[in-house]
Amino acid sequence: MSTVSLTEVPFPSVPASGEGSEKSERVALAASGVWTAERASEIEEIVDGAVRRYQAAHSVDIDLEKLERLDTFGAWLIERLKRTFAERGATARIVNLSERDRGLIDEVQLVNRGAAPEHRPANRALTTLDSVGRATAEMGWSLVLIAQLLGALAIVLLGTLRRPSRLRLTSIVHHLDRVALRAVPIIVLSTFLIGAIIAQQGIFRFRPFGADIYVVDMVTVLVLREVGVLIVSIMVAGRSGSAYTAELGAMKMREEIDALRTMGFDPVEVLVLPRIVALVVAVPLLTFIGAMAALYGAALVCWLYGGMSPEIFLARLRGAIWLPTFEVGMIKAPLMALMIGLVACAEGFEVDGSTASLGLKTTASVVKSIFLVIVLDGFFAMFFAAIGM
Amino acid sequence: MTNVDPVISVRDLVVGFGAATVLDRVTLDVLRGEILGFVGGSGAGKSVLMRTVIGLLPKRGGTIEVFGKDIAALSERERRSIERRWGVLFQQGALFSSLNVQQNVEFPIRENLKHLSPRLTEEIALAKLEMVGLSADVRKKYPAELSGGMIKRAALARALALDPDIVFLDEPTSGLDPIGAAEFDELIRTLQRTLGLSVFMVTHDLDSLHEVCGRIAVLFEGRVIATGPIETMVASEHPWLKSYFRGKRRRPVRH
Repeated sequence: MSTVSLTEVPFPSVPASGEGSEKSERVALAASGVWTAERASEIEEIVDGAVRRYQAAHSVDIDLEKLERLDTFGAWLIERLKRTFAERGATARIVNLSERDRGLIDEVQLVNRGAAPEHRPANRALTTLDSVGRATAEMGWSLVLIAQLLGALAIVLLGTLRRPSRLRLTSIVHHLDRVALRAVPIIVLSTFLIGAIIAQQGIFRFRPFGADIYVVDMVTVLVLREVGVLIVSIMVAGRSGSAYTAELGAMKMREEIDALRTMGFDPVEVLVLPRIVALVVAVPLLTFIGAMAALYGAALVCWLYGGMSPEIFLARLRGAIWLPTFEVGMIKAPLMALMIGLVACAEGFEVDGSTASLGLKTTASVVKSIFLVIVLDGFFAMFFAAIGM
Repeated sequence: MTNVDPVISVRDLVVGFGAATVLDRVTLDVLRGEILGFVGGSGAGKSVLMRTVIGLLPKRGGTIEVFGKDIAALSERERRSIERRWGVLFQQGALFSSLNVQQNVEFPIRENLKHLSPRLTEEIALAKLEMVGLSADVRKKYPAELSGGMIKRAALARALALDPDIVFLDEPTSGLDPIGAAEFDELIRTLQRTLGLSVFMVTHDLDSLHEVCGRIAVLFEGRVIATGPIETMVASEHPWLKSYFRGKRRRPVRH
């Protein structure tokens, strides 16, 4: 590989009578070798070295005669060398420029003429405040968006009540298949395990007090009132909410939603309503199935681990629950579904052109819907306690 | 054309998907320092040829030589060193949407020339952006905020980031207004001259073919049926060429 160099050569135009002092002020540099991207860091060092070495130079000639190859990287570094000398008030010239390289050298003379890119050190306290402020505003804004979508959904729903033919049944069935039917195996499996685990822990802790039998009360009340609907909601948020956000976001990115709008369709009616209706139907069904699976798991553990026969379990079950226990869970389910659907669709519409925002909004959709589901559950707990259910 | 050795030489290339054969024994050369315009009907396989040459699609037969080396026979390292010597402008720009314009151009520089100082990387990226005619206020913008023309320019700057020897352009002027398209043609020609590029340009734009392409190759029914300067194309009696170059949307040939 040929070497890259920028060496001082005898200044050709210095008169023979030139003084020593004058000589140091007039420098001729000869560039040789391959001045291309592969060697760019090496060349940069050479160029910076030359800038330091010839501090006092008044006139610099850069001789390009021995240059083998030149690309933008090399040309820019030559230009940078020239400019640095020029900034110091020295005159810098390029000599022996070949025809081949002239275009490139001329081109780089024009670039980076504007103000040098500024790197202002950011005030750390200010940036922290800034990001906290933005995050707060963002949170408030996302609640506004959810409220907006709820309003739009209510209007569309009233419209479909007037003309039921506008309801897209095919679409609803398609989404029901995706969010309800296909979710059954995983919901059954997880709630079954949750029921089994609660029962096992209950037996383990209650046995020293001889209170085994109350495990049935604990499991059934927990599962039917709280845990069943929460687990199902969280799984649906992760499974279907994320899918909704990603779908709507991708449709927004590809201008499909704009296309719908220009054809006179309301995206809320065409896209959001069927999805949310499907969720509102699906989550109570899944909650019921999940609760049954959890009770089955609990009964199985009580029998195999706790030695409590299924007959006793069933008898105790009848004593432990009354209808409101079951109703509380089932009333919550559709409202949880509505919340998940609203958050997922609102986030989907918030996706802008970049792929990164699609990922960001999908994450936000899942995180927000899970959080809001839990908050909602807290409000429900207070509400039902207040009305004595 | 100072030199006539081919930088890309495709011989008897066969490419197909499933039962369909898209390219049937295509033979084509791209010469050093030329701008080759590659035309053909929609769906004729122009982009397929381009994507096969740059290694995005597998071939069924034939050879592709780039810089005189058969790219199928190269080791991973040799392949990468060849890939560094070409730049690709995709039809939709394919800018990384999570990076801003400047970071997009810096990306190949940063990844391929690891020891380069941040200052030089930035200066080169800004120089490239200026060379393609993008003003300084664009460089911090994200692709989603750019117009179609700006995306094409930014993508061209990225394709040129490493000073490649060959640039592949997939319909560079599609989606641009005639003024923008003419400016883009001019830009490609200027850059081709200053940087000494060889350009492989898939295009439908008759103006581009007239203005900037030194040679034109025509793909028809899976074969390259003609290559030569625009005058040859216009004079051809082949029915498809006749309707393409002398059809309703033809333009007068300037001499």
